[in-house]
Amino acid sequence: MPAFTIKADRDQLTIDKLAERFGEHVAVDYKPSTDAPKVVEEVVLGDMLILSVKRPVIHDVLKFLRDELDFNFLTSLGGMHYPDRDALGLVIHLHSMRNGHRIRLKSEAPIKDPVFPTFTDLWATTNWMEREAFDFFGLTFTGHPNLKRILNMEDFPAFPLRKEYPLEDPTREDKEDTFFGR
Amino acid sequence: MKNTAAKPDYWKHDLVPNTEHKDLNTLNLGPTHPATHGIFQNVLTLDGEVIQSAEQTIGYIHRAFEKIAERRPFYQITTLTDRMNYCSSPINNMGWHMTVEKLCGIELPKRVEYMRVIVMELARIADHLICNSVIGVDTGALTGFTYIFQQREKIYDIYEEICGARLTTNMGRIGGFERNFSDTCWARIREFVKNYPAALKEFDNLLVRNRIFMDRTINCGAFPADRALAYGFTGPNLRACGVDYDVRVADPYSGYQDFDFMVPIGQSGDTYDRFMVRDQEMKESISIIKQALDKLDKLSDKKSYTADVPEWVLPPKENVYNQMEALIWHFKIVMGETNVPMGEVYHCVEGANGELGFYLVSDGGRTPARLHFRRPCFIYYQAYPEMIKGTMLSDAILTMSSMNVIAGELDA
Amino acid sequence: MSQEIIPRPALGKPTIVPPPKGSMGTGFMTTKLEDAVGLARKNSIWPLPFATSCCGIEFMATMASNYDLARFGMERLSFSPRQSDLLMVMGTIAKKMGPVLKEVYTQMAEPKWVLSVGACASSGGIFDSYSVLQGIDRIIPVDVYVPGCAPRPEQIIDGILKIQELVANEGFRRRYSKDYEHLLKTYKID
Repeated sequence: MPAFTIKADRDQLTIDKLAERFGEHVAVDYKPSTDAPKVVEEVVLGDMLILSVKRPVIHDVLKFLRDELDFNFLTSLGGMHYPDRDALGLVIHLHSMRNGHRIRLKSEAPIKDPVFPTFTDLWATTNWMEREAFDFFGLTFTGHPNLKRILNMEDFPAFPLRKEYPLEDPTREDKEDTFFGR
Repeated sequence: MKNTAAKPDYWKHDLVPNTEHKDLNTLNLGPTHPATHGIFQNVLTLDGEVIQSAEQTIGYIHRAFEKIAERRPFYQITTLTDRMNYCSSPINNMGWHMTVEKLCGIELPKRVEYMRVIVMELARIADHLICNSVIGVDTGALTGFTYIFQQREKIYDIYEEICGARLTTNMGRIGGFERNFSDTCWARIREFVKNYPAALKEFDNLLVRNRIFMDRTINCGAFPADRALAYGFTGPNLRACGVDYDVRVADPYSGYQDFDFMVPIGQSGDTYDRFMVRDQEMKESISIIKQALDKLDKLSDKKSYTADVPEWVLPPKENVYNQMEALIWHFKIVMGETNVPMGEVYHCVEGANGELGFYLVSDGGRTPARLHFRRPCFIYYQAYPEMIKGTMLSDAILTMSSMNVIAGELDA
Repeated sequence: MSQEIIPRPALGKPTIVPPPKGSMGTGFMTTKLEDAVGLARKNSIWPLPFATSCCGIEFMATMASNYDLARFGMERLSFSPRQSDLLMVMGTIAKKMGPVLKEVYTQMAEPKWVLSVGACASSGGIFDSYSVLQGIDRIIPVDVYVPGCAPRPEQIIDGILKIQELVANEGFRRRYSKDYEHLLKTYKID
C-alpha cells in the first residue's frame, strides 16, 4: 500500500476519535487529500492535518493524543500573532514516531487574556518552548514551573515578535537613506 | 563560595563531614568560560565536586532570526539559516530551500537532489568532526583535534569551489544551485571520499579503544531513552540513547529514499555512545556520498543544476542584458516579488544535531508571515541540568561538549 | 605490517625577526628601549579569544594546523582576562552580552589591545535587530577591525599582523597620556 493512503487513513482515524471524545471543541482546518490540486495560487495550502482546538480543552486534547493515539513526540511549540483579529495563537506539532504521522494543532486566545495551561506535565520539552513563546509573544502558561524570559533580558519592555514591534535597533543613526534605508 | 549553613562545632575535630550538614558551594560557570565552547551560563550548586543542581541562562547571542525573517524576502532568509548552526550551514541552507519548494510545489531533477545530498553529507561530516575532536580536547587529547582539522579544511575547500565561501556558505538557491559544480569540485569530492576514511581511521585509533578515553567517557552523562524522548531529543543524541529515529529514514527528503545506509544507535546514551554514533555516522555519510557519485554517473542528465522555475532561479547575466523576459525575471527575483501561494508548511531535515524544522506561514506576501525554526540545540539543551545532576564537574563539561550545543542555534 | 616512511620535508632556514633600528657591533647593540620592548611585546602577545558565534569557528581553523597561529608567538591563549594583552572579539555581541564584554575588558591589565573580528562585532553585521549591539565600539575602544562574514583565516591573520604593528610601534607614554584618558572617559571606563 502506498504511504499516502496510510497517512490519509491515520488522519481520518485521528479526526474520528477526537470528534467522538471532544465533539465541537476540535475542528478540522485542513485535511490533505490525495486528489487535491497541487498548487493553485491564492489557495490556502497545508502539508499535514491541521486541527484547531478550543482553548479550554487543549490540555485534554494533547493528553488524549499522547495516551490514546500514540503521538509520543512533541516536535515544536510556538506562538503566533494575528493582528487582524487581535489574537495570539499557539501552534503545536505532534509526531507519532511509531506510525510516522505528524499533525498540527492550533489554538487561539484574545490578546487581552493570552493564557494557556502548561504542557510541561505531559512533555518536559515544552518548558523552554513555553518560555520562548512567553518571551516573544507574551503568552502565559498557568502552572509553568519557571515562566520568565529566556532569550531577551529580563527587564525587556515589550514582546518583540508581535507585529507592531519594530525590528531595527533604534539607536542606529547611520542608515538614513531616503530611498533604501528606513 | 557561599555558606548555606553555619558550620557546626564538631567540624573542628571531625574530619569526615556529616552528610546531614552539607556545605554547598555555588559556582558560576560562564557565560565566557574556556571549557564551555560557546556562550552558556550555568550556575551550579556543588557539594564538593558533585553537582547538586544547575540553573541555565541562555540568550547571550540572541539575534532575532524569527523577527528578521518576517521582514526579508524568501531568498534572503538563506543567509540567516547559515548563521544558525554555523558548523554545518549547508544543511540549514538546503532545509530552507526545500521548505520553500514544498510550499510552492517545485520538483527538482534527480541530479540536483543528489548534489544536495552530497553537500549535506559533507556538512554532516564537518559538524561531527568538530564535535568529536572537541570531545577529544576535553579529555586531554589535543592530537586528534589538530590532526583531523586538516580534513575539515578539505571540506571547506570543496565548499569554496561550490559557492566561494567557507563557513557561512549561503549555498544553493530556491529551486537548485546557483551554478553547476566545476570539474575541480568533483575531483575534490572524489579525492576527499578516497582519502578521508584513512584519516578517520587514524583518528579512531587515537581514541576509540584508548583505555583512558573509554574510562573517561563511558557512563559519563548517561540519559535514558524515555527521558530523552520527553525532552525532545533528536539526532545523534537521541540515537545514542537507543532510539533509531532519523528524519532521513522516517520522512525522506531530497532523494534519501534511494540510498542504502545504516542508522547507528547506542545503548546507554553516555558520552562514549554519542561519540561512537557520530563516528559511525561519518562513515555512513562517506558511503552515501559514494553512492550519490555512482548514481550521478549513471544518470543521463549531466547538466541540470536547477529545476525549471524561472521565477526563482536567476537567468544568466548575458540574457539579462539582451532579453526582455530574462530582465523581468531578474528584476522580480532580486526585488523579492516572486509570487508565493498562501499556506503553511512544516519541513524538517536531519541536521547535524537533530531534527531541524522550518514552520513557514505565508500569507501570499513577499515575506513570510511567520517563520518558526525548530532548533534541535535549543530543545535538547534544557535537559542538561537533569543529565549532569549527581556527576562531577569535569564530567559536566564533557557532557556538554558531547551534546554538541551550538550557541547560534541555541539562541536563535 | 610494513609502515610507509614518508620523507621529511627539508626545513627552510629559521627566520629571526629583524632587530629594531640602532647601531650594532661585535657583542653589543644600541637601540631605543621603546623599540626593544615593542619587539618583545609584538612577538609574544597573549590573546584572549572572546568567541561567541560563527567567527569563533574560523578562529578555531586559524588556530589549527593549516593556518597555525603559533607562527606569530600567539599560540598561548590566555583564558584569564587578567593575564592577556589582546582581546579578540569574534562573533555577534547581543545586548545581553554587552555588560559581560565590558567587564572582561575592564579586567584586562594595561597595555591592552582589542581586535574586532567579523562584521557582527564591528558593526552589527546583517543583524540590525532589537537584540544585537550594533558594533562593540559602542562599549569598548577597538584598535583593529576585521571585516567579513565570516572573515577567512587569512583575514584574521592580517588583522593580527596589523595589531602587531600597533604593538611594536606604541610609545611608552601613550597609556598615560591625556588623549588615552579622554578615550577611556568617553567609554565610561576608569
